[in-house]
Amino acid sequence: MTAAASTLSISSVPRGELAYAPAATVEPFWVRASLIGIALVFLTLFLFVPLAAVFAEALKKGFDSYLAAIIEPDAWSAIKLTLLTASIAVPLNLVFGVAAAWAIAKFEFRGKSLLLTLIDLPFSVSPVISGLIYVLIFGAQGWFGPWLREHDIKILFAVPGIVLATVFVTFPFVARELIPLMQSQGNEEEEAALVLGASGWRTFWHVTLPNIKWGLLYGVILCNARAMGEFGAVSVVSGHIRGETNTMPLQVEILYNEYNFAAAFAVASLLALLALVTLAIKSFVEWRAQDINLQPIREH
Amino acid sequence: MSVATISRAASGPARVIPGFGLALGYTLLYLGLIVLVPLSAVLLKTATMTWDAFWSVISSERVLASYRLSFGAALIGAVLNVVFGGIVAWVLVRYRFAGKKIVDALVDLPFALPTAVAGIALTALYSSNGWIGRYLEPLGIKVAFTPLGVVVALTFIGLPFVVRTVQPVLEEAERELEEAAASLGANRLQTFAKVIFPTILPALLTGFALSFARATGEYGSVIFIAGNMPMVSEITPLFIVTRLEQYDYAGATAIAVVMLAASFVMLLTINLLQAWTRKRGREEKA
Repeated sequence: MTAAASTLSISSVPRGELAYAPAATVEPFWVRASLIGIALVFLTLFLFVPLAAVFAEALKKGFDSYLAAIIEPDAWSAIKLTLLTASIAVPLNLVFGVAAAWAIAKFEFRGKSLLLTLIDLPFSVSPVISGLIYVLIFGAQGWFGPWLREHDIKILFAVPGIVLATVFVTFPFVARELIPLMQSQGNEEEEAALVLGASGWRTFWHVTLPNIKWGLLYGVILCNARAMGEFGAVSVVSGHIRGETNTMPLQVEILYNEYNFAAAFAVASLLALLALVTLAIKSFVEWRAQDINLQPIREH
Repeated sequence: MSVATISRAASGPARVIPGFGLALGYTLLYLGLIVLVPLSAVLLKTATMTWDAFWSVISSERVLASYRLSFGAALIGAVLNVVFGGIVAWVLVRYRFAGKKIVDALVDLPFALPTAVAGIALTALYSSNGWIGRYLEPLGIKVAFTPLGVVVALTFIGLPFVVRTVQPVLEEAERELEEAAASLGANRLQTFAKVIFPTILPALLTGFALSFARATGEYGSVIFIAGNMPMVSEITPLFIVTRLEQYDYAGATAIAVVMLAASFVMLLTINLLQAWTRKRGREEKA
């Protein structure tokens, strides 16, 4: 809001607050009520009811069988594999995200916009194709297939393939949160630290990192949610070996296709909880970011 | 060492910030290894096919039917999201109601909820004995295991895009313009059509394109609810998986190329739309 505008009494009312706005720029009550009604009905049908259904179906046969479905050995090994995959994929993409943001936000060079487009590329590729590319490289008929077989190294239909596919689909998350944030912050603080004699790493740890920590957290939790929940890409490279190469989403599919609905929804409910925790942290970060005025975080 | 030369050339005389070579070098290496080399495998694999073989795969009856479903259902889903997502964004920015903060946070659920979970939840709801399906069935509307189910799943996964692109534009929009329009005698509908709508149009179109692009490639949430009948409810990504399961790598890759080409066109469109949105935003402020 500009300084000139804020001198007008009407405009000094915060945006979105209707209490004192003039009648001429406000819809009649029935319009407001029906728009809110339409929005809530739409969101209820498409968001809230499906979310509630996951938990209702999971607990249909009681809490004991819910618990049994989760500690069942195959489900348990799926949980462990999912945690392992995320714990490799997220740090890799975190380091990449910081490096990419440092190069793009702190320096000017040619081809920057092409680089930005390429970083976003995995988001516009169908998950199935994200899996397919690793089949073409590491599969029996793929580039390295024969060589890998000779040396008895398993990548496809094994854990490394799952990790690679997950790294691919979660590749842009941290970078695309950090780049606009660091661009908006400029270089002055880092330059001051360096001029005062701090080393590059010291400047990064003590000046840059505290400035980007909320954006970093934001990117990491979104990256983590996708890493744990990815289905299409992982499904293509996993081979669906029970107790070995099934992540939680794949375990959900197997149980569901065996008509073991309660168990499928029990595992699914853990993923739904993860989604809710992710959204809670995300809202918290946005709220913090608003406080310290880190605008670009919402533009996403 | 070419990276270091670029760094000196680009950073100018007074640049004191270090690490350009390391950061850009690592970025390019990682990007190349994880994204570019694997993606180029698709093109190289296709290059081993003859044109006739390629064409006969990508234009077979069953694949054409899958394009129609994937793109058609994605289109309907994106249109639904523009209409209802636009209303949701408007309501969240302009009105106050109980539970608004929670509703706002939950709009992102389709981004955070794994697609397989969304798939089985929607299927359970819309099947004939589900919470919603049981009321639609007597009306003769079947959703689960039909193309309509595909539309429902694709609407779900595309839902946040329109809301999240329109919301910031509405927040930034100058209320003074609306007041000016009203004081010049425009009624609310005219103000909306002549002042508000043109402001949010680029954002609506961007949201539409993002939602459409995401929906065309979607796999996880669709396969549970679609029924996956060839020629009727089989989406293109599923057809790729089917080819792969039969070890027909060339066939799978050929269809993947068609989908990648489509994504590329959509990516270009989205970039142009986003540039337009930003330009609009600057004009507004100027």
